[in-house]
Amino acid sequence: MAGSNSKARPVEADPSGCPPPMEGLQLIQQGAEARLYRGQFLGRPTVMKLRFPKRYRHPTLDERLSHKRTAQEARSLLRCRRAGISAPVVYFVDYVANCIYLEDVVGSLTVRDYIISQQQSGEGTSSLILLAEKIGEILARMHDEDLVHGDLTTSNMLLRPPVENLELMLVDFGLSFISTLPEDKGVDLYVLEKAFLSTHPNTEALFEALLKKYSAASKKSIPVIKKLDEVRLRGRKRSMVG
Amino acid sequence: MPIVIGFEGSANKIGIGIVRDGEVLSNPRRTYVTPPGQGFLPGDTARHHRSCVLTVLREALEEAGLKPQDIDAVAFTKGPGMGAPLVTVAIVARTVAQLWGKPLLGVNHCVGHIEMGRLVTGAKNPTVLYVSGGNTQVIAYSEHRYRIFGETIDIAVGNCLDRFARVLKISNDPSPGYNIEQMAKKGQKLVELPYTVKGMDVSFSGILSHIEDVAHRMLSAGQCTPEDLCFSLQETLFAMLVEITERAMAHTGSSEALIVGGVGCNERLQEMMGIMCRERGARLFATDERFCIDNGAMIAQAGWEMFRSGQVTALEDSWITQRYRTDEVEVTWRD
Repeated sequence: MAGSNSKARPVEADPSGCPPPMEGLQLIQQGAEARLYRGQFLGRPTVMKLRFPKRYRHPTLDERLSHKRTAQEARSLLRCRRAGISAPVVYFVDYVANCIYLEDVVGSLTVRDYIISQQQSGEGTSSLILLAEKIGEILARMHDEDLVHGDLTTSNMLLRPPVENLELMLVDFGLSFISTLPEDKGVDLYVLEKAFLSTHPNTEALFEALLKKYSAASKKSIPVIKKLDEVRLRGRKRSMVG
Repeated sequence: MPIVIGFEGSANKIGIGIVRDGEVLSNPRRTYVTPPGQGFLPGDTARHHRSCVLTVLREALEEAGLKPQDIDAVAFTKGPGMGAPLVTVAIVARTVAQLWGKPLLGVNHCVGHIEMGRLVTGAKNPTVLYVSGGNTQVIAYSEHRYRIFGETIDIAVGNCLDRFARVLKISNDPSPGYNIEQMAKKGQKLVELPYTVKGMDVSFSGILSHIEDVAHRMLSAGQCTPEDLCFSLQETLFAMLVEITERAMAHTGSSEALIVGGVGCNERLQEMMGIMCRERGARLFATDERFCIDNGAMIAQAGWEMFRSGQVTALEDSWITQRYRTDEVEVTWRD
Protein backbone atom coordinates (compact mmCIF):
# COMPACT_ATOMS: atom_id res chain seq x y z
CA MET A 1 0.00 0.00 0.00
CA ALA A 2 2.95 2.25 0.47
CA GLY A 3 3.62 4.76 -2.21
CA SER A 4 0.06 4.66 -3.43
CA ASN A 5 -0.18 8.35 -2.83
CA SER A 6 -1.72 9.02 -6.20
CA LYS A 7 -5.11 7.95 -4.95
CA ALA A 8 -5.44 11.27 -3.20
CA ARG A 9 -3.56 14.47 -2.83
CA PRO A 10 -1.00 14.32 -0.04
CA VAL A 11 -2.71 15.25 3.18
CA GLU A 12 -0.92 17.80 5.30
CA ALA A 13 -3.42 18.06 8.07
CA ASP A 14 -6.27 15.72 8.73
CA PRO A 15 -9.25 17.75 7.45
CA SER A 16 -11.55 16.22 10.03
CA GLY A 17 -9.12 16.84 12.87
CA CYS A 18 -9.35 13.23 14.11
CA PRO A 19 -6.30 11.81 15.87
CA PRO A 20 -4.75 8.61 14.49
CA PRO A 21 -6.22 5.44 15.98
CA MET A 22 -2.88 4.36 17.44
CA GLU A 23 0.02 6.40 18.66
CA GLY A 24 2.95 6.81 16.32
CA LEU A 25 0.87 6.39 13.19
CA GLN A 26 1.13 9.01 10.50
CA LEU A 27 -1.72 9.87 8.15
CA ILE A 28 -0.46 9.38 4.60
CA GLN A 29 -3.58 9.89 2.56
CA GLN A 30 -7.32 10.02 2.48
CA GLY A 31 -8.56 7.67 -0.19
CA ALA A 32 -12.16 7.43 -1.30
CA GLU A 33 -13.35 5.25 1.51
CA ALA A 34 -10.63 5.04 4.09
CA ARG A 35 -7.77 6.89 5.70
CA LEU A 36 -4.36 5.33 5.36
CA TYR A 37 -1.82 5.62 8.15
CA ARG A 38 1.77 4.45 8.19
CA GLY A 39 3.75 3.28 11.19
CA GLN A 40 5.05 0.29 13.10
CA PHE A 41 2.97 -2.64 14.28
CA LEU A 42 4.81 -5.23 16.38
CA GLY A 43 8.05 -3.95 14.93
CA ARG A 44 7.05 -4.21 11.27
CA PRO A 45 6.42 -1.39 8.81
CA THR A 46 2.65 -1.26 8.58
CA VAL A 47 -0.08 0.51 6.70
CA MET A 48 -3.29 0.91 8.61
CA LYS A 49 -6.48 1.33 6.65
CA LEU A 50 -9.26 2.88 8.68
CA ARG A 51 -12.81 2.98 7.36
CA PHE A 52 -13.88 6.01 9.34
CA PRO A 53 -17.58 6.82 9.58
CA LYS A 54 -18.78 8.76 6.55
CA ARG A 55 -21.00 11.43 7.93
CA TYR A 56 -22.84 11.98 4.67
CA ARG A 57 -24.33 8.48 4.95
CA HIS A 58 -27.13 7.39 7.25
CA PRO A 59 -25.36 5.88 10.32
CA THR A 60 -27.09 2.50 9.93
CA LEU A 61 -26.17 2.26 6.27
CA ASP A 62 -22.65 3.46 7.01
CA GLU A 63 -21.98 0.87 9.69
CA ARG A 64 -23.40 -1.89 7.49
CA LEU A 65 -21.16 -0.94 4.57
CA SER A 66 -17.98 -0.31 6.56
CA HIS A 67 -18.23 -3.55 8.44
CA LYS A 68 -19.00 -5.61 5.36
CA ARG A 69 -16.18 -4.07 3.37
CA THR A 70 -13.59 -4.47 6.12
CA ALA A 71 -14.45 -8.15 6.48
CA GLN A 72 -14.53 -8.68 2.73
CA GLU A 73 -11.22 -6.95 2.20
CA ALA A 74 -9.45 -9.13 4.78
CA ARG A 75 -11.02 -12.29 3.36
CA SER A 76 -10.13 -11.50 -0.24
CA LEU A 77 -6.54 -10.55 0.56
CA LEU A 78 -6.11 -13.94 2.23
CA ARG A 79 -7.76 -15.71 -0.67
CA CYS A 80 -5.40 -13.99 -3.10
CA ARG A 81 -2.32 -14.95 -1.16
CA ARG A 82 -3.50 -18.55 -0.84
CA ALA A 83 -3.90 -18.64 -4.62
CA GLY A 84 -0.40 -17.27 -5.14
CA ILE A 85 -1.58 -13.82 -6.25
CA SER A 86 0.60 -11.10 -4.82
CA ALA A 87 -1.22 -8.95 -2.24
CA PRO A 88 -0.20 -7.31 1.03
CA VAL A 89 -0.02 -9.48 4.18
CA VAL A 90 -2.85 -8.94 6.65
CA TYR A 91 -1.40 -8.46 10.15
CA PHE A 92 -4.50 -7.68 12.12
CA VAL A 93 -8.17 -6.81 11.69
CA ASP A 94 -10.07 -4.64 14.14
CA TYR A 95 -13.76 -5.24 13.46
CA VAL A 96 -14.89 -2.71 16.06
CA ALA A 97 -13.10 0.27 14.57
CA ASN A 98 -13.29 -1.19 11.02
CA CYS A 99 -9.58 -1.06 10.37
CA ILE A 100 -7.05 -3.42 8.85
CA TYR A 101 -3.33 -3.56 9.56
CA LEU A 102 -1.42 -4.46 6.41
CA GLU A 103 2.12 -5.04 5.26
CA ASP A 104 3.73 -1.77 4.13
CA VAL A 105 5.47 -2.44 0.83
CA VAL A 106 8.09 0.26 1.04
CA GLY A 107 9.00 1.87 -2.27
CA SER A 108 6.08 0.55 -4.29
CA LEU A 109 4.46 2.57 -7.07
CA THR A 110 0.90 2.56 -8.39
CA VAL A 111 0.42 1.32 -11.94
CA ARG A 112 -1.29 4.65 -12.61
CA ASP A 113 1.84 6.64 -11.74
CA TYR A 114 4.05 4.18 -13.57
CA ILE A 115 2.07 4.48 -16.82
CA ILE A 116 2.02 8.27 -16.59
CA SER A 117 5.78 8.45 -15.95
CA GLN A 118 6.53 6.05 -18.81
CA GLN A 119 4.33 8.06 -21.16
CA GLN A 120 5.99 11.31 -20.12
CA SER A 121 9.46 9.93 -20.64
CA GLY A 122 8.34 9.17 -24.22
CA GLU A 123 9.81 5.72 -24.17
CA GLY A 124 8.69 2.42 -22.82
CA THR A 125 5.76 1.47 -25.06
CA SER A 126 7.11 -2.06 -25.05
CA SER A 127 7.43 -2.12 -21.27
CA LEU A 128 3.87 -0.82 -21.03
CA ILE A 129 2.63 -3.62 -23.30
CA LEU A 130 4.45 -6.07 -21.05
CA LEU A 131 2.83 -4.46 -18.01
CA ALA A 132 -0.62 -4.68 -19.62
CA GLU A 133 -0.03 -8.38 -20.24
CA LYS A 134 1.00 -8.89 -16.63
CA ILE A 135 -2.22 -7.20 -15.51
CA GLY A 136 -4.22 -9.47 -17.83
CA GLU A 137 -2.47 -12.50 -16.39
CA ILE A 138 -3.01 -11.62 -12.73
CA LEU A 139 -6.68 -10.79 -13.33
CA ALA A 140 -7.17 -14.10 -15.12
CA ARG A 141 -5.75 -15.88 -12.09
CA MET A 142 -7.94 -13.90 -9.74
CA HIS A 143 -11.11 -14.56 -11.75
CA ASP A 144 -10.27 -18.24 -12.05
CA GLU A 145 -10.36 -18.24 -8.24
CA ASP A 146 -13.91 -16.82 -8.57
CA LEU A 147 -12.75 -13.64 -6.89
CA VAL A 148 -14.25 -10.44 -8.31
CA HIS A 149 -12.37 -7.28 -7.28
CA GLY A 150 -15.22 -4.81 -7.71
CA ASP A 151 -13.07 -1.68 -8.02
CA LEU A 152 -10.34 -2.28 -10.55
CA THR A 153 -8.42 0.87 -11.47
CA THR A 154 -4.78 1.53 -12.16
CA SER A 155 -4.60 3.14 -8.69
CA ASN A 156 -5.48 -0.17 -7.08
CA MET A 157 -2.55 -2.06 -8.58
CA LEU A 158 0.93 -1.60 -7.19
CA LEU A 159 4.39 -2.47 -8.49
CA ARG A 160 6.78 -3.91 -5.93
CA PRO A 161 10.25 -2.38 -5.89
CA PRO A 162 12.29 -2.45 -8.03
CA VAL A 163 9.44 -1.39 -10.28
CA GLU A 164 11.26 -2.33 -13.51
CA ASN A 165 10.61 -5.99 -12.64
CA LEU A 166 6.89 -5.33 -13.12
CA GLU A 167 5.93 -7.40 -10.12
CA LEU A 168 2.25 -6.65 -9.65
CA MET A 169 0.27 -6.55 -6.47
CA LEU A 170 -3.48 -6.04 -6.06
CA VAL A 171 -4.94 -3.88 -3.29
CA ASP A 172 -8.23 -2.30 -2.17
CA PHE A 173 -10.55 -5.28 -2.03
CA GLY A 174 -13.34 -3.50 -0.14
CA LEU A 175 -15.88 -4.01 -2.93
CA SER A 176 -14.77 -7.53 -3.76
CA PHE A 177 -16.93 -10.63 -3.61
CA ILE A 178 -16.93 -14.28 -4.57
CA SER A 179 -18.83 -15.20 -7.73
CA THR A 180 -18.73 -17.83 -10.41
CA LEU A 181 -20.90 -15.78 -12.78
CA PRO A 182 -19.34 -14.60 -16.05
CA GLU A 183 -21.57 -11.51 -15.73
CA ASP A 184 -19.80 -10.38 -12.54
CA LYS A 185 -16.35 -10.97 -14.01
CA GLY A 186 -17.35 -9.21 -17.23
CA VAL A 187 -18.50 -6.16 -15.27
CA ASP A 188 -15.20 -6.27 -13.33
CA LEU A 189 -13.30 -5.97 -16.62
CA TYR A 190 -15.72 -3.31 -17.89
CA VAL A 191 -15.13 -1.18 -14.79
CA LEU A 192 -11.38 -1.49 -15.34
CA GLU A 193 -11.68 -0.68 -19.04
CA LYS A 194 -13.47 2.58 -18.34
CA ALA A 195 -11.17 3.58 -15.50
CA PHE A 196 -8.13 2.66 -17.61
CA LEU A 197 -9.12 4.54 -20.75
CA SER A 198 -10.42 7.63 -18.94
CA THR A 199 -7.33 7.89 -16.74
CA HIS A 200 -4.87 7.17 -19.54
CA PRO A 201 -6.22 8.65 -22.79
CA ASN A 202 -5.20 6.98 -26.06
CA THR A 203 -4.17 3.67 -24.55
CA GLU A 204 -6.67 1.46 -26.39
CA ALA A 205 -3.85 -0.74 -27.70
CA LEU A 206 -2.61 -1.35 -24.17
CA PHE A 207 -6.00 -2.43 -22.95
CA GLU A 208 -6.37 -4.71 -25.94
CA ALA A 209 -3.08 -6.40 -25.05
CA LEU A 210 -4.36 -6.81 -21.51
CA LEU A 211 -7.57 -8.50 -22.65
CA LYS A 212 -5.73 -10.72 -25.11
CA LYS A 213 -3.48 -12.01 -22.38
CA TYR A 214 -6.46 -12.39 -20.03
CA SER A 215 -8.27 -14.52 -22.63
CA ALA A 216 -5.25 -16.71 -23.15
CA ALA A 217 -4.42 -17.12 -19.47
CA SER A 218 -7.88 -17.72 -18.02
CA LYS A 219 -9.49 -21.13 -18.24
CA LYS A 220 -12.96 -19.58 -18.10
CA SER A 221 -12.47 -16.53 -20.30
CA ILE A 222 -14.79 -17.22 -23.24
CA PRO A 223 -18.13 -16.53 -21.47
CA VAL A 224 -16.54 -13.65 -19.53
CA ILE A 225 -15.39 -11.83 -22.67
CA LYS A 226 -18.80 -12.46 -24.22
CA LYS A 227 -20.43 -10.81 -21.20
CA LEU A 228 -17.95 -7.93 -21.37
CA ASP A 229 -19.08 -7.25 -24.95
CA GLU A 230 -22.69 -7.31 -23.78
CA VAL A 231 -22.10 -4.95 -20.86
CA ARG A 232 -20.26 -2.51 -23.14
CA LEU A 233 -23.33 -2.28 -25.35
CA ARG A 234 -25.50 -1.60 -22.32
CA GLY A 235 -23.35 1.39 -21.45
CA ARG A 236 -22.97 2.80 -24.94
CA LYS A 237 -26.27 2.22 -26.63
CA ARG A 238 -28.57 2.82 -23.74
CA SER A 239 -30.93 5.58 -24.73
CA MET A 240 -30.10 8.65 -22.70
CA VAL A 241 -32.91 11.06 -22.19
CA GLY A 242 -32.93 14.24 -20.13
CA MET B 1 -19.49 39.99 -28.03
CA PRO B 2 -21.35 37.10 -29.64
CA ILE B 3 -24.97 36.54 -28.60
CA VAL B 4 -26.20 32.96 -28.84
CA ILE B 5 -29.76 31.65 -28.57
CA GLY B 6 -30.19 28.05 -27.40
CA PHE B 7 -33.09 25.65 -28.02
CA GLU B 8 -33.56 22.69 -25.65
CA GLY B 9 -36.28 20.05 -25.82
CA SER B 10 -34.67 16.63 -25.41
CA ALA B 11 -37.13 15.46 -22.71
CA ASN B 12 -40.27 16.89 -21.11
CA LYS B 13 -39.04 20.49 -20.84
CA ILE B 14 -38.93 22.99 -23.65
CA GLY B 15 -36.60 25.90 -22.96
CA ILE B 16 -35.12 28.74 -24.99
CA GLY B 17 -32.35 30.87 -23.56
CA ILE B 18 -30.17 33.71 -24.74
CA VAL B 19 -26.60 34.18 -23.53
CA ARG B 20 -24.13 37.01 -24.16
CA ASP B 21 -20.57 36.47 -22.93
CA GLY B 22 -21.47 34.56 -19.81
CA GLU B 23 -24.56 36.63 -19.07
CA VAL B 24 -27.97 34.94 -19.22
CA LEU B 25 -30.31 37.48 -20.86
CA SER B 26 -33.42 35.30 -20.79
CA ASN B 27 -34.28 31.67 -20.10
CA PRO B 28 -38.03 30.86 -20.29
CA ARG B 29 -39.21 27.26 -20.01
CA ARG B 30 -42.33 25.06 -20.05
CA THR B 31 -42.73 21.56 -18.60
CA TYR B 32 -44.97 18.81 -19.89
CA VAL B 33 -46.55 17.32 -16.76
CA THR B 34 -48.31 13.94 -16.92
CA PRO B 35 -50.93 12.57 -14.49
CA PRO B 36 -49.73 10.59 -11.41
CA GLY B 37 -48.69 7.05 -12.25
CA GLN B 38 -47.73 7.94 -15.82
CA GLY B 39 -44.49 8.81 -17.55
CA PHE B 40 -44.15 11.06 -20.59
CA LEU B 41 -44.31 9.44 -24.02
CA PRO B 42 -42.25 10.76 -26.95
CA GLY B 43 -45.18 11.59 -29.25
CA ASP B 44 -47.19 13.44 -26.60
CA THR B 45 -44.11 15.29 -25.43
CA ALA B 46 -43.30 16.42 -28.98
CA ARG B 47 -46.90 17.62 -29.36
CA HIS B 48 -46.56 19.62 -26.16
CA HIS B 49 -43.31 21.22 -27.37
CA ARG B 50 -44.83 22.02 -30.78
CA SER B 51 -47.76 23.76 -29.18
CA CYS B 52 -45.67 26.18 -27.13
CA VAL B 53 -42.25 26.55 -28.79
CA LEU B 54 -43.13 29.78 -30.62
CA THR B 55 -44.59 31.39 -27.50
CA VAL B 56 -41.43 30.51 -25.55
CA LEU B 57 -39.27 31.88 -28.39
CA ARG B 58 -41.16 35.19 -28.35
CA GLU B 59 -40.77 35.36 -24.56
CA ALA B 60 -37.03 34.71 -24.80
CA LEU B 61 -36.50 37.53 -27.30
CA GLU B 62 -38.78 40.00 -25.48
CA GLU B 63 -37.29 39.32 -22.07
CA ALA B 64 -33.79 39.83 -23.46
CA GLY B 65 -34.97 42.96 -25.30
CA LEU B 66 -33.41 41.69 -28.53
CA LYS B 67 -34.41 41.41 -32.18
CA PRO B 68 -33.52 38.43 -34.37
CA GLN B 69 -30.80 40.46 -36.12
CA ASP B 70 -28.99 40.93 -32.76
CA ILE B 71 -28.44 37.16 -32.46
CA ASP B 72 -25.12 35.82 -33.76
CA ALA B 73 -25.76 32.06 -33.72
CA VAL B 74 -28.53 29.53 -33.10
CA ALA B 75 -27.68 26.57 -30.85
CA PHE B 76 -29.92 23.51 -30.45
CA THR B 77 -29.75 20.15 -28.68
CA LYS B 78 -28.42 17.55 -31.09
CA GLY B 79 -28.80 14.76 -28.53
CA PRO B 80 -29.01 12.63 -26.49
CA GLY B 81 -32.69 12.51 -25.74
CA MET B 82 -36.06 11.36 -27.01
CA GLY B 83 -36.28 11.35 -30.81
CA ALA B 84 -39.60 13.07 -31.42
CA PRO B 85 -39.10 16.03 -29.05
CA LEU B 86 -35.51 16.49 -30.31
CA VAL B 87 -36.66 16.61 -33.94
CA THR B 88 -39.44 19.08 -33.15
CA VAL B 89 -37.11 21.56 -31.52
CA ALA B 90 -34.33 21.07 -34.08
CA ILE B 91 -36.75 21.92 -36.90
CA VAL B 92 -37.63 25.21 -35.24
CA ALA B 93 -33.95 26.02 -34.64
CA ARG B 94 -33.06 25.20 -38.25
CA THR B 95 -35.95 27.29 -39.56
CA VAL B 96 -35.14 30.43 -37.58
CA ALA B 97 -31.44 30.08 -38.38
CA GLN B 98 -32.26 30.14 -42.09
CA LEU B 99 -34.85 32.92 -41.75
CA TRP B 100 -32.41 35.07 -39.82
CA GLY B 101 -29.36 33.99 -41.83
CA LYS B 102 -27.40 32.85 -38.74
CA PRO B 103 -25.07 29.86 -38.28
CA LEU B 104 -26.27 26.72 -36.47
CA LEU B 105 -24.56 24.98 -33.54
CA GLY B 106 -25.48 21.37 -32.66
CA VAL B 107 -24.87 20.92 -28.93
CA ASN B 108 -24.47 17.78 -26.83
CA HIS B 109 -27.04 18.05 -24.06
CA CYS B 110 -24.69 16.70 -21.34
CA VAL B 111 -21.94 19.15 -22.32
CA GLY B 112 -24.58 21.89 -22.07
CA HIS B 113 -25.20 20.95 -18.43
CA ILE B 114 -21.48 20.94 -17.64
CA GLU B 115 -20.77 24.30 -19.30
CA MET B 116 -23.75 25.93 -17.62
CA GLY B 117 -22.63 24.54 -14.25
CA ARG B 118 -19.13 25.89 -14.77
CA LEU B 119 -20.48 29.30 -15.82
CA VAL B 120 -22.94 29.71 -12.95
CA THR B 121 -20.69 28.40 -10.16
CA GLY B 122 -17.28 29.51 -11.38
CA ALA B 123 -15.84 26.01 -10.81
CA LYS B 124 -12.59 25.76 -12.76
CA ASN B 125 -11.88 22.08 -13.30
CA PRO B 126 -14.42 20.12 -11.29
CA THR B 127 -15.26 16.45 -11.12
CA VAL B 128 -18.83 16.55 -12.41
CA LEU B 129 -21.71 14.44 -11.16
CA TYR B 130 -24.37 14.60 -13.86
CA VAL B 131 -27.65 13.21 -12.59
CA SER B 132 -31.01 13.44 -14.34
CA GLY B 133 -33.92 11.40 -15.58
CA GLY B 134 -31.86 9.79 -18.31
CA ASN B 135 -28.25 10.19 -17.20
CA THR B 136 -26.02 9.28 -14.32
CA GLN B 137 -22.36 9.97 -15.00
CA VAL B 138 -19.23 11.02 -13.15
CA ILE B 139 -17.18 13.11 -15.54
CA ALA B 140 -13.78 14.77 -15.47
CA TYR B 141 -12.03 16.77 -18.17
CA SER B 142 -8.75 15.76 -19.71
CA GLU B 143 -7.13 16.30 -23.11
CA HIS B 144 -10.09 17.91 -24.93
CA ARG B 145 -12.75 15.47 -23.79
CA TYR B 146 -15.17 15.21 -20.93
CA ARG B 147 -14.24 11.70 -19.91
CA ILE B 148 -16.72 9.42 -18.22
CA PHE B 149 -15.11 7.84 -15.16
CA GLY B 150 -18.22 6.26 -13.80
CA GLU B 151 -21.83 5.86 -14.82
CA THR B 152 -24.88 3.74 -14.30
CA ILE B 153 -24.69 0.37 -15.95
CA ASP B 154 -28.47 0.19 -16.29
CA ILE B 155 -31.07 2.90 -15.56
CA ALA B 156 -30.47 6.52 -14.54
CA VAL B 157 -31.03 7.69 -10.98
CA GLY B 158 -33.83 10.05 -12.03
CA ASN B 159 -35.52 7.25 -13.91
CA CYS B 160 -35.36 5.12 -10.76
CA LEU B 161 -36.96 7.93 -8.72
CA ASP B 162 -39.62 8.66 -11.38
CA ARG B 163 -40.63 5.03 -11.67
CA PHE B 164 -40.77 4.65 -7.90
CA ALA B 165 -43.08 7.70 -7.84
CA ARG B 166 -45.38 5.88 -10.27
CA VAL B 167 -45.53 2.87 -7.94
CA LEU B 168 -46.78 5.08 -5.09
CA LYS B 169 -48.81 7.31 -7.48
CA ILE B 170 -46.91 10.39 -6.34
CA SER B 171 -47.74 13.55 -8.32
CA ASN B 172 -45.60 14.53 -11.32
CA ASP B 173 -46.26 18.22 -10.63
CA PRO B 174 -43.85 20.01 -10.60
CA SER B 175 -41.74 16.83 -10.82
CA PRO B 176 -41.80 13.41 -9.18
CA GLY B 177 -38.32 13.94 -7.75
CA TYR B 178 -39.35 17.16 -6.01
CA ASN B 179 -42.33 15.48 -4.38
CA ILE B 180 -40.24 12.50 -3.25
CA GLU B 181 -37.78 14.96 -1.71
CA GLN B 182 -40.55 16.68 0.27
CA MET B 183 -41.98 13.36 1.47
CA ALA B 184 -38.52 12.07 2.41
CA LYS B 185 -38.14 14.96 4.86
CA LYS B 186 -40.87 13.32 6.95
CA GLY B 187 -39.39 9.83 6.73
CA GLN B 188 -37.94 8.26 9.90
CA LYS B 189 -37.18 4.63 9.34
CA LEU B 190 -34.40 3.39 7.08
CA VAL B 191 -35.68 0.40 5.12
CA GLU B 192 -32.80 -1.78 4.00
CA LEU B 193 -32.36 -1.68 0.21
CA PRO B 194 -29.72 -3.17 -2.09
CA TYR B 195 -26.59 -1.03 -2.42
CA THR B 196 -24.75 -1.60 -5.69
CA VAL B 197 -21.48 0.18 -6.36
CA LYS B 198 -19.06 -1.36 -8.86
CA GLY B 199 -15.88 0.66 -8.77
CA MET B 200 -16.92 4.05 -10.10
CA ASP B 201 -20.06 2.60 -11.67
CA VAL B 202 -23.46 2.10 -10.08
CA SER B 203 -26.54 0.01 -10.78
CA PHE B 204 -30.08 1.07 -9.86
CA SER B 205 -32.33 -1.48 -11.56
CA GLY B 206 -32.04 -3.99 -8.70
CA ILE B 207 -33.05 -1.37 -6.14
CA LEU B 208 -36.07 -0.41 -8.24
CA SER B 209 -37.24 -4.02 -8.68
CA HIS B 210 -36.72 -4.63 -4.97
CA ILE B 211 -38.71 -1.61 -3.84
CA GLU B 212 -41.44 -2.25 -6.45
CA ASP B 213 -41.68 -5.73 -5.02
CA VAL B 214 -41.84 -4.87 -1.32
CA ALA B 215 -43.47 -1.40 -1.28
CA HIS B 216 -47.15 -2.35 -1.27
CA ARG B 217 -46.60 -5.36 0.97
CA MET B 218 -44.72 -3.32 3.59
CA LEU B 219 -47.20 -0.46 3.41
CA SER B 220 -50.29 -2.63 3.82
CA ALA B 221 -48.63 -4.52 6.69
CA GLY B 222 -47.94 -1.17 8.37
CA GLN B 223 -44.19 -1.84 8.52
CA CYS B 224 -43.34 1.55 7.09
CA THR B 225 -44.94 4.68 5.66
CA PRO B 226 -44.67 6.03 2.10
CA GLU B 227 -42.49 8.77 3.60
CA ASP B 228 -40.11 6.14 5.05
CA LEU B 229 -39.77 4.57 1.60
CA CYS B 230 -38.99 7.93 -0.03
CA PHE B 231 -36.45 8.63 2.70
CA SER B 232 -34.79 5.20 2.43
CA LEU B 233 -34.65 5.34 -1.34
CA GLN B 234 -33.04 8.80 -1.33
CA GLU B 235 -30.55 7.91 1.40
CA THR B 236 -29.46 4.78 -0.45
CA LEU B 237 -29.32 6.18 -4.00
CA PHE B 238 -27.57 9.38 -2.98
CA ALA B 239 -25.01 7.58 -0.79
CA MET B 240 -24.07 5.56 -3.88
CA LEU B 241 -23.74 8.73 -5.99
CA VAL B 242 -21.61 10.53 -3.41
CA GLU B 243 -19.44 7.46 -3.03
CA ILE B 244 -18.62 7.14 -6.75
CA THR B 245 -18.01 10.88 -7.00
CA GLU B 246 -15.56 10.65 -4.10
CA ARG B 247 -13.90 7.65 -5.72
CA ALA B 248 -13.41 9.60 -8.94
CA MET B 249 -12.09 12.62 -7.04
CA ALA B 250 -9.60 10.45 -5.17
CA HIS B 251 -8.56 8.74 -8.39
CA THR B 252 -8.02 11.97 -10.36
CA GLY B 253 -6.75 14.04 -7.42
CA SER B 254 -9.49 16.61 -7.90
CA SER B 255 -10.52 19.12 -5.22
CA GLU B 256 -13.72 20.46 -6.79
CA ALA B 257 -17.07 18.75 -7.25
CA LEU B 258 -19.93 20.07 -9.37
CA ILE B 259 -23.45 18.65 -9.45
CA VAL B 260 -25.54 19.22 -12.59
CA GLY B 261 -28.74 17.78 -14.06
CA GLY B 262 -32.31 17.72 -12.79
CA VAL B 263 -31.67 15.46 -9.77
CA GLY B 264 -28.84 17.85 -8.85
CA CYS B 265 -31.28 20.37 -7.40
CA ASN B 266 -32.25 17.90 -4.65
CA GLU B 267 -31.08 19.59 -1.47
CA ARG B 268 -30.42 16.36 0.40
CA LEU B 269 -28.06 15.23 -2.37
CA GLN B 270 -26.31 18.61 -2.24
CA GLU B 271 -26.04 18.36 1.54
CA MET B 272 -24.52 14.87 1.43
CA MET B 273 -22.08 15.88 -1.29
CA GLY B 274 -21.13 18.96 0.74
CA ILE B 275 -20.28 16.84 3.79
CA MET B 276 -18.16 14.50 1.67
CA CYS B 277 -16.27 17.44 0.15
CA ARG B 278 -15.64 19.05 3.54
CA GLU B 279 -14.31 15.77 4.94
CA ARG B 280 -11.70 15.62 2.21
CA GLY B 281 -10.88 19.32 2.04
CA ALA B 282 -12.59 19.87 -1.32
CA ARG B 283 -15.19 22.38 -2.52
CA LEU B 284 -18.71 21.67 -3.72
CA PHE B 285 -20.40 23.65 -6.47
CA ALA B 286 -24.09 23.29 -7.15
CA THR B 287 -26.83 25.27 -8.83
CA ASP B 288 -30.55 25.67 -8.25
CA GLU B 289 -33.52 24.47 -10.29
CA ARG B 290 -33.26 27.32 -12.85
CA PHE B 291 -30.01 25.92 -14.21
CA CYS B 292 -29.93 22.31 -12.93
CA ILE B 293 -33.12 21.35 -14.73
CA ASP B 294 -32.99 21.32 -18.53
CA ASN B 295 -33.10 24.86 -19.92
CA GLY B 296 -32.30 26.81 -23.06
CA ALA B 297 -29.48 28.91 -21.64
CA MET B 298 -27.28 25.85 -21.05
CA ILE B 299 -27.50 24.98 -24.75
CA ALA B 300 -26.80 28.61 -25.62
CA GLN B 301 -23.78 28.66 -23.28
CA ALA B 302 -22.22 25.46 -24.69
CA GLY B 303 -23.01 26.82 -28.17
CA TRP B 304 -21.32 30.10 -27.26
CA GLU B 305 -18.15 28.20 -26.26
CA MET B 306 -18.22 26.23 -29.53
CA PHE B 307 -18.84 29.38 -31.58
CA ARG B 308 -16.00 31.21 -29.82
CA SER B 309 -13.58 28.39 -30.69
CA GLY B 310 -14.63 28.50 -34.35
CA GLN B 311 -17.09 25.61 -34.55
CA VAL B 312 -20.32 25.79 -36.54
CA THR B 313 -22.69 23.04 -37.68
CA ALA B 314 -23.50 22.95 -41.40
CA LEU B 315 -27.19 22.64 -42.30
CA GLU B 316 -26.70 19.13 -43.70
CA ASP B 317 -25.06 18.08 -40.41
CA SER B 318 -27.81 19.51 -38.24
CA TRP B 319 -29.55 16.15 -37.70
CA ILE B 320 -30.35 14.90 -34.23
CA THR B 321 -29.37 11.67 -32.50
CA GLN B 322 -30.96 9.88 -29.54
CA ARG B 323 -27.60 8.44 -28.48
CA TYR B 324 -24.77 10.86 -28.13
CA ARG B 325 -22.18 10.18 -25.45
CA THR B 326 -20.56 12.98 -23.49
CA ASP B 327 -17.09 11.74 -24.43
CA GLU B 328 -17.81 11.87 -28.18
CA VAL B 329 -17.56 15.66 -28.21
CA GLU B 330 -14.20 17.23 -28.92
CA VAL B 331 -13.91 20.09 -26.44
CA THR B 332 -12.13 22.67 -28.59
CA TRP B 333 -12.69 25.54 -26.16
CA ARG B 334 -10.63 24.27 -23.21
CA ASP B 335 -6.88 23.71 -22.82
